[in-house]
Amino acid sequence: MIRNIVIALLVVVVAGTAFWGYQEHKEKNAVLINAENTYQRAFHDLSYQVDLLHDKVGSTLAMNSRYSLSPALTDVWRITSEAQSDVGQLPLTLLPFNKTEEFLSKIADFSYKTAVRDLEKEPLDDKEYATLQSLYTQAGDIQGELRKVQYLVLKNNLRWMDVEMALASGKENSDNTIIDGLKTVEKKVSGYGETNEMNPTFTSAQQRDENFKNLQGETITKEEAIATAKNYAHSKSKNLKVNVEENGKGSDYGFYSVSILDKDSDTELNMDLTKKGGYPIWYINNRDVNKTNIDLNQAHTKAEAFLKEHDFSSLELFESAQYDNIALLNFVTSENGVKIYPDSVKVKIALDDGSVIGFSADEYLKSHKTREVGNPNISEKEAKDKINSNVKIMEEGKALITNDIGEEVLCYEFLGTIKDDTYRIFINADTGQEEKVEKLKNSEPVYENLI
Amino acid sequence: MKGISSKWKWLLLFSCITICFGIYPETRTNAFSSQVIQKGAVGDDVIELQARLQNIGYYNGKIDGAYGWGTYWALRNFQQDFGLPIDGLAGTTTKQKLANASNFNKAWVHEQINKGNEFTYFGGVPIEKQVKAKGNGTGGTATGKAPSKPTTSANLPGGYSQNDIQLMANAVYGEARGEPYTGQVAVAAVILNRVESAAFPNTISGVIFEPGAFTAVADGQIWLTPNERAKEAVVDAINGWDPSGNAEYYFNPDTATSKWIWSREQIKRIGKHIFCK
Repeated sequence: MIRNIVIALLVVVVAGTAFWGYQEHKEKNAVLINAENTYQRAFHDLSYQVDLLHDKVGSTLAMNSRYSLSPALTDVWRITSEAQSDVGQLPLTLLPFNKTEEFLSKIADFSYKTAVRDLEKEPLDDKEYATLQSLYTQAGDIQGELRKVQYLVLKNNLRWMDVEMALASGKENSDNTIIDGLKTVEKKVSGYGETNEMNPTFTSAQQRDENFKNLQGETITKEEAIATAKNYAHSKSKNLKVNVEENGKGSDYGFYSVSILDKDSDTELNMDLTKKGGYPIWYINNRDVNKTNIDLNQAHTKAEAFLKEHDFSSLELFESAQYDNIALLNFVTSENGVKIYPDSVKVKIALDDGSVIGFSADEYLKSHKTREVGNPNISEKEAKDKINSNVKIMEEGKALITNDIGEEVLCYEFLGTIKDDTYRIFINADTGQEEKVEKLKNSEPVYENLI
Repeated sequence: MKGISSKWKWLLLFSCITICFGIYPETRTNAFSSQVIQKGAVGDDVIELQARLQNIGYYNGKIDGAYGWGTYWALRNFQQDFGLPIDGLAGTTTKQKLANASNFNKAWVHEQINKGNEFTYFGGVPIEKQVKAKGNGTGGTATGKAPSKPTTSANLPGGYSQNDIQLMANAVYGEARGEPYTGQVAVAAVILNRVESAAFPNTISGVIFEPGAFTAVADGQIWLTPNERAKEAVVDAINGWDPSGNAEYYFNPDTATSKWIWSREQIKRIGKHIFCK
C-alpha cells in the first residue's frame, strides 16, 4: 500500500518536473527567437539604411538650390543616425566595427553642418562638393559589401545568436560568414527619403485618401461586375466558377471582388471593381509562366492594344522591365506632350503567349480627372539654368507631378547624368524651384555571382 | 616516335586554328535575334548590345545583360552619331548599323560572364588584357559551378533590393503559404502599406520584425525557405498591386487569439485571411 503511494507520488513528481522542464524550454526558445529577431531587424535595417544613404547622398550631388539641398542633407543626417543606432544594437562588442561607425558619424557631421547653413548665401564650395562625392563613393562600397553579407545571411539562414556564441568563445569555426563579411566591410571603410525614394508615379498619401472621388458613372450591380470581369478574362472555357462579393465596412470606397475560376486549366482570375462606374481597380491571373517566347517590345505592343480595347486612352509608356518570364509595363497619361505622372496604369504581360496576366489602375483611377494644364511661366532655358552644372542633360520634357506637400505642379523634367549615374530632375515651371531630384536606380548585381 | 611527332603536328595545327577562330570571330553572321530591344529588357541580346557598344567606345559600364540607363544613353549617342532616329530602341536598322560598325566575340564574352570574371570589351585593346579573373584561386572552381542566370544584374522593382524582396518573401511565405496567390500579394501589400503609414516603422525590416506584429516572425516560421510564387507576389505588390484594398491589418479568424483585432473595421476576405483598416 505504502509502496503504491510512493510510486504514485514519484510518478506525479516526475511528470510535474517534465512538464515544468518543457515549459521552461518553451519559454527559453521564445526568448531566444525574440532576441534573434531583434538582431535580425537591426541588421536588415542597417543594410537598408546604408542603401538609402547612398541614394540620398547621390541625389544631393545633382541638386542646386537650397530649397532641395537643405532638406536632403537633413534627411541624410537622419538616416545616418538611424544607421548608427542599428549598428549599436548588433552584438558586435567583440568585433572591431568602429571604422564603420566613424564613417557614419563623418557623414552625419558633414550633412548637419551643411544643412543648417544658409546655402543661398554660402553655397557648397568645390572642396565640399568633392567631399560629398567621396562620401558617395564610400557609401556605395559599404552598401555593396553589406548587401553581400545580407544575401549570405538570407541564403544560408544564418543566426546572429550563433555569431554571438562564436565571438564569445573566440573559436574560429567554419560558419562565420557574418563575421568575415563584416570584417570586409570594416576593411573597405578604413581604406575608403524618409521612406524609399518613390517614383513620381506613386500618388501621395493625401491623394490616396481622396479615394476615387473623381470617378464618373452610375453604381453598378453584381451582375454587371461579373460581366465586366468576364470581358477582361477572355475565357473561352464553359467550365467556370464565378463568385462575387461586396466590400466590408472598413473600406473607404465601395467595390466588388470578383473571382473567376476556370476549372479546365485550373487558373483563377481575381478582380476588384469600383461600385461607382464599374472601373477595374486591379486584376490578377494566377497562372504560371515558365517560358519566354516574345520579347519586351512585343509585350509593349500587346499592352497598348489591351489598354485601347478597354478604353484607357492617351497613355504613353513610361517604364518597362522584364522579370524572368514576365514583362511589367508602366503607362502614364500624356496630354499635349505633358506627362501626367500621377495617372499611372501598370500592365503585366506573360512572355510565353503575350496575354495580360495583371493590371492595376489603382493610382490612375484615384488621380485621373479633367485637368487644365496651364502654360509655364518660365522658359525651358531658364529652367535649365537652375540645374546643377555638374549634371549633363540628356533629355527634356514637361511633366505634371505631385510634390512633397501633395500639390500637383507643372514642371520641366530633365534627365541627366553625372558620371555613370542618371538623375531625374523636376523644375517647377512657374516658380523655377527645384521640386524633386531623384537618382535613378541602376540594375543591381546578382550577389550570388559576386561571391 | 615518328607517329607521336605527326600527332603533335596535327595537334599544333588544330590549336592554331582554334586560336585563330578565337581571335577573329565571325562578326556579321550571328548578330542579334529579331527582337526590338528596349529599356528594361534582359538577356543575350542585351549582352551583345552592350558588348558591341563598348567595342566602339560608347558604353563604359558593365556588360551584365540588363538594359539600364547606362546602356540607354550609350545607344542614344550611337543613334545620334549614325544619323538614326534617337529613341533608345534597338530595331532592325540600328542593330544592322551597330553590327556593321563593331565586333562581337560571342563565345568569349559569354565565357567571361559564366566564369564571373570582371571584364571589358573595348576595341583596339587585346581582349586578354581586359579580363580580371574573379578572386584568388576561385578561377579553377568557377568552371565547375553552372551559371545560374544568363545575366549578372537584375531589374529592381520600385528601387527595392533583391535582399529586401527576399526578406519580404520570407515573411509572406511564413504567413500565407497555404493561401491563394492573390492572398499572398495582399499580405505583401499590407507590409508595404505599413511602411507607408505613419503608425508603423518606415522600413520593411522594421515592419516585419516589429515585436508581436506577425505570428510567423514570433514563432520562427519566417525562416522557412520561400518558393518563387511568394517572391512573385512580393514583386507584384511592390509594383502597385494591392488586393487588400489599402489594409494595414489582417488576421485568420480561426486562429486569432486577440479579441481586439475583431474591433477593426473589415475590408474584405481573401482565402482564410480577413483584411482590415
